Amino acid sequence: MTGKIFRRKDMTISILLLALLVVVAISYPLLALSDPNAIDLTNKNLAPSAEHPLGTDYLGRDILNRLAAGTTTSLSIAAGVSAISLFVGVLIGCISGYYGGIIDETLSRIIDIFLSFPGIVFALAIMGFLGGGVINLILALSVVHWAKYARLMRGQVLSIKENEYVLSAKIIGAGDFHIMRKHLIPNSVATVIILATIDIGHVLLSIAALNFLGIGLPADIPEWGAMLSAGKEFMRTSPYQTIFPGMAITMVVIIFSIIGEGLRDIFDPNDTGGEYL
Amino acid sequence: MAITLFAVFALTFFLMNVVPGGTSEMILKHTFIGLEESATQEQLAQFSEIYNLNDPLYIQFIDWLKGGIFEGDLGMSFVYHKPVLDLLLLRLPATIILALSSMAIAVVGGVSLGIYAALKENKTADHLLRFLTLFGVSMPGFWVGLILILIFSVYLKMVPVAGYGSLENLILPAFALSIHSLASIMRITRTSMLETLGQDYIKFATSKGLSVNKIISRHALKNAMLPVVTVLGFQMGAMLGGSVIIETVFAWPGIGSLLVNSIFARDLYVVQACIIVIVFLFLIVNFIVDLVYIYLDPRIRYG
Repeated sequence: MTGKIFRRKDMTISILLLALLVVVAISYPLLALSDPNAIDLTNKNLAPSAEHPLGTDYLGRDILNRLAAGTTTSLSIAAGVSAISLFVGVLIGCISGYYGGIIDETLSRIIDIFLSFPGIVFALAIMGFLGGGVINLILALSVVHWAKYARLMRGQVLSIKENEYVLSAKIIGAGDFHIMRKHLIPNSVATVIILATIDIGHVLLSIAALNFLGIGLPADIPEWGAMLSAGKEFMRTSPYQTIFPGMAITMVVIIFSIIGEGLRDIFDPNDTGGEYL
Repeated sequence: MAITLFAVFALTFFLMNVVPGGTSEMILKHTFIGLEESATQEQLAQFSEIYNLNDPLYIQFIDWLKGGIFEGDLGMSFVYHKPVLDLLLLRLPATIILALSSMAIAVVGGVSLGIYAALKENKTADHLLRFLTLFGVSMPGFWVGLILILIFSVYLKMVPVAGYGSLENLILPAFALSIHSLASIMRITRTSMLETLGQDYIKFATSKGLSVNKIISRHALKNAMLPVVTVLGFQMGAMLGGSVIIETVFAWPGIGSLLVNSIFARDLYVVQACIIVIVFLFLIVNFIVDLVYIYLDPRIRYG
């Protein structure tokens, strides 16, 4: 499978870029080279220069420095959201598909209800009343995202549980938990994880959107959407603080789209979108 | 749909009302900004009395539901001191105009570019369009909006930055809101068109000597549209969500900006009502999508 992945130019480049971003995200807070919140009012609203490669914002803070710090914020929150919503979605979808009957009816109905909210509106409402903060943001976005995975997982389990090996396992007396853990989940989780990979792009966009609206993280945590929002007031004179954070968001979302869709093409050759490069 | 709608009502209501510190205290704090500390127990009680906040939560819920369904009474706004329904009716047309014009741009642009890309499969135009769609689905809508303002309002001075009422004001927000859907619709049209063009009846039509235009319009388009309609349904939902943000960027006086402002102002009943309206529109769209489905594929029948 690794061969298939690296034979594709677009995926190879995206994976390398993602690896680079992860290194930045992890090493940035550890290295603590310079404070991304350091205010320098004598150098505010500067255009890109040798000293500040992407310019400075309205408080004289280095934009590149803040973008790098924002990588840590965005990627760690997105990772948290994916982990929680995948865990809940896989669990609920598996239980729903495996047991069937009234349990399935009830769980499916709950999934439908969660899917009938437009995601960002739902997250907005939850954030509005939970208040800002990293944990609240992760929770709000997880509440929005799990249902999609649960529905997909349920569909997968419904088809897999008809296989003979599941029946055989039941006959020799394997418990429900054992069957789910050893047979159902390992055989269906790949599809769900691929959806989640494509979805990370949406999660990142939602994080940026909520922070752009000002309902997300406290001001001392550098975040791309919040940078954009603060920068827009100075768009006429100093557009860089609006342009660069948006480019950073776009780039990361593109990376996840290419990796996710590439994985889907490899696993499911029928549904192919083709390479991007 | 009725059960889903009821559940949405319930979920929204309880989500909004299970607030740490109690609803009345929160509202009171907001009503007396800066004077929170001096708000006395009596004021609190008086306030709770006016807004019926002393009843148990489930009674409040039933009252709210009854008022909403039978009397069109969704409560009073704490901030605007007006009935919530009036506010909604005032704001709704703006959101609908914005959403419909964005959808029109997305459908016309997405379908025609998708067909074009399919006809030019693997040529430069196709590669270019596919590369652009990748950007289209990945750029944050609010950023696109700001960049459009920067180019067309600030630098070129062609349209006003924000406002409401004329066609000039509509162009930028409608375009910013449509980009994401346009790219998704184009992508699915291309894929679906390529699949349809490979079918035997298309080959037959080609060998009969029909022109490309006729093949596309008479044979391929209707069959290729099924998956497009599915995506359209999703996109309409995404657009309702996206309008919340785009309306804020362009100060567009719709439901979305009302929702955001009300969340900041903790205007509880308005927030509830906005969410309900958006979800309701979303469900209506899904219902219409189902109807279009039946029209496009007569084999589908819902029980």
